Amino acid sequence: MLAIAALSVAVSAAGTALAAVLAIPGALWIAFGQSPLRRVLLALYTVGLGLPPVAVGLVVAFVLWRSGPLGVLDILYTPGAMIVAQTIVVLPLIGTLAVVALRGIDGTLPAQLAGLGLRARDRYALLAREVAPGLVAATLAGFGRAIAEVGAAQMTGGNIEGQTRVLTTATMLAVGRGEFGEAFGFVAVLIGLVAVASGIALALQARWA
Amino acid sequence: MKRLSFVLALLLACGARPAVAAPSVILATTTSTQDTGLLDVLVPAFEQASGYTVKTIAVGTGAALAMGERGDADVLLVHAPAAEAAYMAKGRGLSRALVMHNAFIVVGPGSDPAHVKGATSAQEAFAAIARAGTTFASRGDDSGTNIKELALWKAAGVTPKDAWYLKTGSGMGDTLHVASQKAAYTLTDDGTYLAQRATLALVPLVANAKDLLNVYHVIVVKPIAGRVANEAGGAAFAAFVVSPQGQQIIATFGRERFGRPLFTPDAGKGE
Repeated sequence: MLAIAALSVAVSAAGTALAAVLAIPGALWIAFGQSPLRRVLLALYTVGLGLPPVAVGLVVAFVLWRSGPLGVLDILYTPGAMIVAQTIVVLPLIGTLAVVALRGIDGTLPAQLAGLGLRARDRYALLAREVAPGLVAATLAGFGRAIAEVGAAQMTGGNIEGQTRVLTTATMLAVGRGEFGEAFGFVAVLIGLVAVASGIALALQARWA
Repeated sequence: MKRLSFVLALLLACGARPAVAAPSVILATTTSTQDTGLLDVLVPAFEQASGYTVKTIAVGTGAALAMGERGDADVLLVHAPAAEAAYMAKGRGLSRALVMHNAFIVVGPGSDPAHVKGATSAQEAFAAIARAGTTFASRGDDSGTNIKELALWKAAGVTPKDAWYLKTGSGMGDTLHVASQKAAYTLTDDGTYLAQRATLALVPLVANAKDLLNVYHVIVVKPIAGRVANEAGGAAFAAFVVSPQGQQIIATFGRERFGRPLFTPDAGKGE
């Protein structure tokens, strides 16, 4: 149980972190940039919100199958493949939520700070303090989605005991085996982890507000 | 473009290395071997004996054979002899060996509204179910059990398609629970039923019939040139399950928990 929960957290944290690194620069650009192309990226983020994890799982698995275009990598049914799928699932969510959070900030803030004649380093520090709560909350929401997702995890991980079995796929298997007590145990841990992530997000926001 | 191909080459190099260092074997098998728990003892014993790591993908027999055909698995443990023969005829298998058998059984609600209890064959029971129009839960997933079930309907001269015929599209364990909740009949391997009996409102109605034998074979997949494969690992797994040690594990599996073994080892016996 502990190993399964730990793998769930590790895979989802890695996928979420990767997604955040990829999504947040785009979100900052959408919120503070000038180019009209920003709308295109925002539209991509928003459309991606509805991307079903099961579709992402299927495409990633298809690409990574030995018979698929990247089959030579031989990473299907490994945590690596699951991380790739979760990154794609979570990226649009983090991007969209980050944009929403950043729009709450005065768009002229960077210009105002520049006008104060602060050094670049101080300017960025002040700006970071403003934007951080929203970005962290977006990332933690992404984590909640990643860890709760089952379709992509099953298809790209294969639910292999000791290697790619995570809380959601373990729950499905336990139900298939009629081990309902076990299934409820997995679900309880899963809910606990999601609650912890939400709690951290709330606490951080309260502290920064 | 140049940079992209460099990144790709780097990715390829990173990905290819672990494949050489720790060759893992992909075993495509059926949900019944996983849902009974047999693989939980068989696979670790093989890993310990051989040093290989096994990636077990539990799907239906149809999906497992398709994985073998594409070279997406190294070894298959499956139970649909006719489909397996067709697979071998396509030249996609290096070898195929008899491993074990258990039996299918027809289960249903204790009230037995279609009066199938006492039928001497599954074919007869299926005909009775169709006549009565009582709910029947089918796997509907091209698994070995599903293939067997469809053959039985055909033998009974019935084309199941009306509202009484439910296709769950799920594994054996899930389908048993659907049948249990809907007071439906279903066809199951006796191992999965025995393993889950405690949570089911279903009783065995037809067993020990000649048309209910469930036979498992292991097939070593023929690698496809130029693609990742682990022929040696697949062959080692196949050799293990028919070895005295593997057969001993199969012979004793389930005795402790269910009072009797769930499978009968058959390696080396005539078909």
